[in-house]
Amino acid sequence: MSSARKRGQNSVFVTVGTTQFEKLTDYVCSSAVLKTLANLGYRKVVVQIGRGRDPLIDTVPGIEVEVYRLKPSITEDIRQASLVISHAGAGSCLETLAANKPLLVVINDDLMNNHQLELAYQLNKDGHLFYCTVSTLVDTLHSVDFSSLKPFPPGQPHKFGQFMDRLFNINN
Amino acid sequence: MLLLLTVVGFTVLLVICILCIVINLSANKRKGTASVLAVMGSGGHTKEMLSLLSGLGPHYRPRYYVIANTDTMSKQKVEEFEQQKNITENSKPEFSLVLIPRSREVAQSWGSTVLSTLYALFKSFPVVFSCNPDLILCNGPGTCVPICLAGLLLKILRLGRVQIVYVESICRVDTLSMSAWMLYYVADQMLVQWPSLQTKFPRTQYIGKLV
Repeated sequence: MSSARKRGQNSVFVTVGTTQFEKLTDYVCSSAVLKTLANLGYRKVVVQIGRGRDPLIDTVPGIEVEVYRLKPSITEDIRQASLVISHAGAGSCLETLAANKPLLVVINDDLMNNHQLELAYQLNKDGHLFYCTVSTLVDTLHSVDFSSLKPFPPGQPHKFGQFMDRLFNINN
Repeated sequence: MLLLLTVVGFTVLLVICILCIVINLSANKRKGTASVLAVMGSGGHTKEMLSLLSGLGPHYRPRYYVIANTDTMSKQKVEEFEQQKNITENSKPEFSLVLIPRSREVAQSWGSTVLSTLYALFKSFPVVFSCNPDLILCNGPGTCVPICLAGLLLKILRLGRVQIVYVESICRVDTLSMSAWMLYYVADQMLVQWPSLQTKFPRTQYIGKLV
């Protein structure tokens, strides 16, 4: 709770990518989640709903909600957030981790065989993110300590370059 | 009937391509450089591919980018990438975009998918044959399967010495993608980005997290 306040940042970004995940987008706009977030010190929630229906937004004092569908890039919204709540999409997860922001992935139970879960589970195992389902979202927000997450090291494309140089006998 | 037409079509194409290559072969071989044919895909694939290409030095030229004709986003990203590369390497642009039909649009029926896949195959062969690259680099979009098959044919016919390098997406931790399954024995080098995946598929190599 206090970590959000300490840094003087207090907004949450919720993103579901180009798909729809109405169970999540509806739920984060409900008073149950908004009250939880307000209690944790957050003052603003930006919800990217993708192709889902427009959610009904409950009014909770002290927290402001902003909703939009899609943008060419979510980089700026991630940058401004102090917590990102995302679907398991690899793009959103990796972009959030690259920006070094605390990440909570919400798994869609309706898409359990989605291969994208592989990555979310592994990143959780390695301590880079937390995950939960829609029904455990509030409990998870209360119980986890986002400051315990480890940064995800950036990729090393130069290693690929070295590998290729050996393959082609190219000396730089 | 369809099969017969396809076979005849391919034979005609093959003859044309062989002619192209015989003409091109001598001009194409420069010492110390490697030409690259990179297969671009939608969003995540393109992002990973550009990250891989950023690791390659200035000797990898010219670069041919194969892009689905409906994919304006990748086209734009490639142009930005090349512009940046020119600035940092202080070099002349040596790349071209090759547009091919996409094998399957979302929500397309399976009947027409078969036809458009055949069509994509048909269009992929001349692309690979005329570029005759030293390296085919791909990371998973469906388009890369016909491209790699064309590369394999080049090698079988001893017309080119292309290396087919497949880099599995970082999303794949435990299982290979459909394209990787199909190209498991076609690719000369198959890189994965998680050690656990390498253990399961001994033909693959793990050299670190690349993207």
